[in-house]
Amino acid sequence: MSSDTTVSTATAREGEFYRSLVTRRQLILAALTLALGLSLCVDLALGPARYGLGEVITALLTPDNVSPSVKVILWEIRMPVALMALVVGASLSIAGAQMQTILSNPLASPFTLGISAGASFGAALALAFGVSLVPAAVDYIIPINAFVMAMLTAGAIHLLSMRRGVTIETIVLLGIAMVFIFNSLMALIQFFASQQAVSAVVFWTMGSLTKATWPKLWIALGVLAFILPLLARRGWALTAMRLGDAKAESLGINPRALRLEVLVLVSLLAAISVAFVGTIGFIGLVGPHIARLLLGEDQRFFLPGSALCGALILSVGSVLSKIILPGTIIPIGIITSLVGIPFFLFLVLSHKKASW
Amino acid sequence: MVTLTLDRLSAHYGRRQILSEITTPTFAGGQIVSLLGPNAAGKSTLFRRILGLLKGGGEVRIEGTTRERPVAYMPQETGSSAVLTVYESVLLARMQGRSLKVQPDDLHEVDRSLNDLGIASLGERDISDLSGGQRQLVSAAQALVQAPEILLLDEPTSALDLHRQISLLGILRRLAREREMLIIASLHDIGHALRFTDQAMVLESGQLVACGTTEQVVTPTLLRHVFQVDARIEPCSMGRPQLIVEAAV
Repeated sequence: MSSDTTVSTATAREGEFYRSLVTRRQLILAALTLALGLSLCVDLALGPARYGLGEVITALLTPDNVSPSVKVILWEIRMPVALMALVVGASLSIAGAQMQTILSNPLASPFTLGISAGASFGAALALAFGVSLVPAAVDYIIPINAFVMAMLTAGAIHLLSMRRGVTIETIVLLGIAMVFIFNSLMALIQFFASQQAVSAVVFWTMGSLTKATWPKLWIALGVLAFILPLLARRGWALTAMRLGDAKAESLGINPRALRLEVLVLVSLLAAISVAFVGTIGFIGLVGPHIARLLLGEDQRFFLPGSALCGALILSVGSVLSKIILPGTIIPIGIITSLVGIPFFLFLVLSHKKASW
Repeated sequence: MVTLTLDRLSAHYGRRQILSEITTPTFAGGQIVSLLGPNAAGKSTLFRRILGLLKGGGEVRIEGTTRERPVAYMPQETGSSAVLTVYESVLLARMQGRSLKVQPDDLHEVDRSLNDLGIASLGERDISDLSGGQRQLVSAAQALVQAPEILLLDEPTSALDLHRQISLLGILRRLAREREMLIIASLHDIGHALRFTDQAMVLESGQLVACGTTEQVVTPTLLRHVFQVDARIEPCSMGRPQLIVEAAV
């Protein structure tokens, strides 16, 4: 189809194109990391007592060179909250990215598959009636209830999806059915619960980083650190899943097995996050879409890109939640949706190429 | 040189038998074999059975290779909404089962596949932006990039214009010879099978009804009974056999 001359020219040009593509993506990842570092510093600096960025950086690098009160405020009070924003943002975004990948559906996320709704129901049982689904320390009844319900929801989807003849469209429909079931159950709880309990349930479902503590942070970080390499190792196979099941099979991948395995892993990520900070629906849907616009869907870049985008959105959301109404920290779930969605729409509508 | 023999091969979906007792002579590398048959004859199923994607009786014997995965397969479905360039989509077909780090050899193989099929200029394009024919060529490159010893192609020319159909089949025949690769391609155009393939297998309702050199297999009688057309085969001005279809039966 081509003459020898055009062939040799094309080869040189293609090699060059691939190298420049990789370099461009590495630069984007580096820029996202830098922005994340900056956002973390600003998040730490803001609060009832405000600090300069220089002071924050000094406190981070050489904690002994700042006053004990600054050290306590930054390291003991603000740091777990600021880092939780990064870990939860990254976890939810990765969960959404992989759900969208394995289900080939741009609307898939922990929120749309009912995992967040299940977690909210579990938390509401504890908040409204003091029901503990498994024996747990008082401090952990709410997150453990949320976690158990989220995993039960994911388990139900897994079991149903293993039935013969179940397609990926059926899995998405099952998730949507779960959302409606749990929304009805939540309404039922709110109908029977006291006014005070209803307020607590409503506040929990808004999602708030202020629930973060160092032990919760370590648990969420540990789960993320455990799951991230497992997903990264399957990078080529996960990328191939976006070419369709027939193509994936032709490349030696078992799509059903991979789908189930990844669904279990990302359900765990989402369940832990929602259990600790409440429902933050926007990140899992939009973080991956922004990463896809910036980096494409090669998982070697898409996976870290999704993590960074999710972490950055939630960290910036945390900053905004402190400055929109001075003296008040608005629940993060409200901020991410109110500020993030217009930004996301701007990105999608202004982008020349289709993002799905 | 790699060889492939099918011995009493069967396949079923649930209780429905799709292929029954397919037995072929040994096909050797360096040849191109056409898999012919009307719609729903079991051609795609036979490919999936050879790959081990379907269970069933009988045996697929592959000899003369030390490779773990000597077979590459190009399925019919080629559409995807993935945000990947053509170059990336071919690279990822090469990299399955390998480490995340791309080696110069891998890039060389991607370039070679794209060049072989004359689609190097598409490398930077997003796969979702391609026409049906371009997607089909990219799908063929994804199979070729695995440097297979046996290449199974499910209707590789169905979305291509006439020029590209002829070009692709010519390229595949050349590659089969040069790389001692065995290519089996399902084709609906029997004229192409006559012109480009060395041997032919004909399936009807899941059974192998004819197998041998293409010129021996494709006869007016077979065309009438299996494909339900009245046709004759005559040499063209260059002496090659040419199919002339007169009417549907």
